[in-house]
Amino acid sequence: MPKAKILDLNDFSEQKKQQASIICSSLSFQRGEKEILSDISTTFPKTGISVIMGPNGAGKSVLLRTIIGLLKPDSGYVILNPEFARKTALVFQRPVLIRRTVYGNLHHALGIAGVPRRQRRSRIEELIAIGGLTGLENLPARSLSGGEQQRLQMVRALSSNPKLILLDEPSASLDPQSTHAIEEIIKSTSDKNVKLVLVTHDIGQAKRLADDVTFIHKGKILEQNSSPDYFNSPSTPEVKSYLEGDLLV
Amino acid sequence: MNTLTEAFLQSFQLIITLDETLVEVVLLSLSVTFKAVSLACLIGFPLGTALAVLKFPGQKTLVVLFNSFMGLPPVVVGLVVYLILSANGPLGPLGLLYTPTAMIIAQTILVTPIIVAHSRQIIVLLAEEYDETLRSMQASRMDIMGTLLWDSRFSLFTTVLAGLGRAFSEVGAVMIVGGNINHFTRIMTTAIALQTARGDLALALGLGIILLVLTISINALAYGLKTTWEKHSYA
Amino acid sequence: MTKILTGWVGLVFLLLCTPVHSSDEYILLQSTTSTQNSGLYEFLLPHFEDGHGVKVKVVAVGTGQALYNGSRCNGDIVIVHSPADEREFVEAGYGIDPHNLMYNRFVIVGPSSDPAGIGKIETLREAFAKLSKGPAPFVSRGDDSGTHKKELSLWNKYEISTTGDWYYEVGSGMGATLNITVGLEGYTMTDLGTWLSFANKTNHVILYENGSELFNQYGIIMVNPDHCPNVNSEPAREFLNWIVSPMGQQLIAQYKIDGEQLFYPNASPKRYK
Ligand SMILES: Nc1ncnc2c1ncn2[C@@H]1O[C@H](COP(=O)(O)OP(=O)(O)OP(=O)(O)O)[C@@H](O)[C@H]1O
Ligand SMILES: [Mg+2]
Repeated sequence: MPKAKILDLNDFSEQKKQQASIICSSLSFQRGEKEILSDISTTFPKTGISVIMGPNGAGKSVLLRTIIGLLKPDSGYVILNPEFARKTALVFQRPVLIRRTVYGNLHHALGIAGVPRRQRRSRIEELIAIGGLTGLENLPARSLSGGEQQRLQMVRALSSNPKLILLDEPSASLDPQSTHAIEEIIKSTSDKNVKLVLVTHDIGQAKRLADDVTFIHKGKILEQNSSPDYFNSPSTPEVKSYLEGDLLV
Repeated sequence: MNTLTEAFLQSFQLIITLDETLVEVVLLSLSVTFKAVSLACLIGFPLGTALAVLKFPGQKTLVVLFNSFMGLPPVVVGLVVYLILSANGPLGPLGLLYTPTAMIIAQTILVTPIIVAHSRQIIVLLAEEYDETLRSMQASRMDIMGTLLWDSRFSLFTTVLAGLGRAFSEVGAVMIVGGNINHFTRIMTTAIALQTARGDLALALGLGIILLVLTISINALAYGLKTTWEKHSYA
Repeated sequence: MTKILTGWVGLVFLLLCTPVHSSDEYILLQSTTSTQNSGLYEFLLPHFEDGHGVKVKVVAVGTGQALYNGSRCNGDIVIVHSPADEREFVEAGYGIDPHNLMYNRFVIVGPSSDPAGIGKIETLREAFAKLSKGPAPFVSRGDDSGTHKKELSLWNKYEISTTGDWYYEVGSGMGATLNITVGLEGYTMTDLGTWLSFANKTNHVILYENGSELFNQYGIIMVNPDHCPNVNSEPAREFLNWIVSPMGQQLIAQYKIDGEQLFYPNASPKRYK
């Protein structure tokens, strides 16, 4: 598995390095003719909830995969602050649950996280409660509804006690209750000093959760700003029309 | 026609009377086959999984080799094992030639490629599905292989059955390394071969019918087990 | 991880261990198939085993294979029927104490309709000549067995060429060859023991069985312990002594199928110069 490199970096100021959880340096990712990420250089702060927005196909999911090491960039690199390195988790846009029960999925994740067998049961009960999955423990995970699967994926990501969680549209296609539940989990997790990076198309959700927002379009970062500034005074026409609901091509 | 009817009568009679020699031969057949297939699984499942998950130089060559080895001629395997276990061969001092252990070794060699090739095929499919999820959890290679194996277990059942089929019906290799010694290394298939050589076609065929019935029973049993297990694991 | 590995190794080992059959002492007899297929051993061996507390395990293969197995030390004693090969085996240092054990004869079997017309023939030479005219196939073992070698030596002696579409070389044991012969309605040469105990004769009968030329001598040889230190030579010698003793010889003479004696004892030590 390609790991994000962990090393100090002279291109970034000392202050940035201290404050950043993730440093992306000149990330490029190409598939054929198409440039999916082109020369992305940025940092994400150590605390709070960073939201990434951008139209479909902008490269948001690819960026998250690259950050966590699932994809190797063609050039550039990702550096994780040692505080966060290897304490990461990714909540996928489309959850892939393994072919076991709800309980089994969590048990498995805890096993991989190295939690001793004896401690797993109580931890699972906790997670089930957080995800609002009580009563579903013994169902095959894949028979759950989309929202339930998403919540299970969410608590599965929490099971290893990560310091940094990347969330790829965790509440897309969920009903308002499930969305609310997911947001509650996100907030309480953030309150526990866990760094969150959240991709979402839901402007209301972004407003409710974001501390800072990054806007990606066609593989490039167009804007990166603190939450109020981003929403109140967008500086690029693309962000403006995105927020107004125009189709960006 | 005459021989066929007689064969049915013979097999029927052997079963009804629980013929002592027959029971002995059947039990040895089952034990050799069961052990050989278990060994083949112990070797083949990890190997098949490794070939599905790990990328290393020579991996593709190994895949092609194991796929080809599924068609190893039993007699050739028998000969090679014979030469190795032969008293003046490299493993001669172990004194294994003409023992059930020799037959188990030969059959393990025959069955392992089947297990490796089939399980790799099955695991590759699941690996594609699980890959990113497991890697995002920072699972180690061992964790990944373990997860894939465990979650493929129901599909792998068919693989085991294919192995059982090959081992249970095989005669060429066990004949050479087992020697078809009465009361010691005689199993269903070598007994059938012997009766054929003696021209007792009805008895040979009768034994063949029993072999077939046993094969069907094993498959039915395995299928039943698999179904209940599958249900149970999701109960 | 180490736990898994230990468990794995343990399991492999466990599966390879087969329960020790019995603590009985045993010897391994490499034998030609005819003596086994005829049922002689099932009759004879219990008499020895009971009296001596030694089991005899029989591996029945062609004479050539039996001698080869013996030369590789995979056996304690051999019973075969190809005097020339036996001699070679002893002279190469693989065997000791060769003995004539018993004899019977080869016979030529074929369909009772006898299309080659060898049934009323006096001499073997004439019979072979008729067979080579090819009204029906002649099926040859073609496997370097004692019987095959005997057959080849006869064609040779009568200077009859065996190239022709009447001559089938099947490369199989006696039983399989007989099955093929029956299926082809052809002729073949077989030892009497295998023929008498062969159950799939259908319409085939013995058509020629005269003459000293079809004599079939069985021999017994101990595997040389100097060549093969692993052999169980004490009990092997015990067995040899027993089978050539009046007691063993008498039992051989007693073995009959349908009232017909299969083997005629004639034990005597062989000396090669
Ligand atoms: N492995 C890949 N190979 C080739 N093309 C890819 C690969 N992964 C993504 N892409 C392409 O890269 C582009 C960006 O994909 P990505 O999934 O990052 O979009 P996104 O910003 O997450 O969009 P959405 O909002 O629809 O989820 C898309 O056009 C996609 O087709
Ligand atoms: Mg996406």
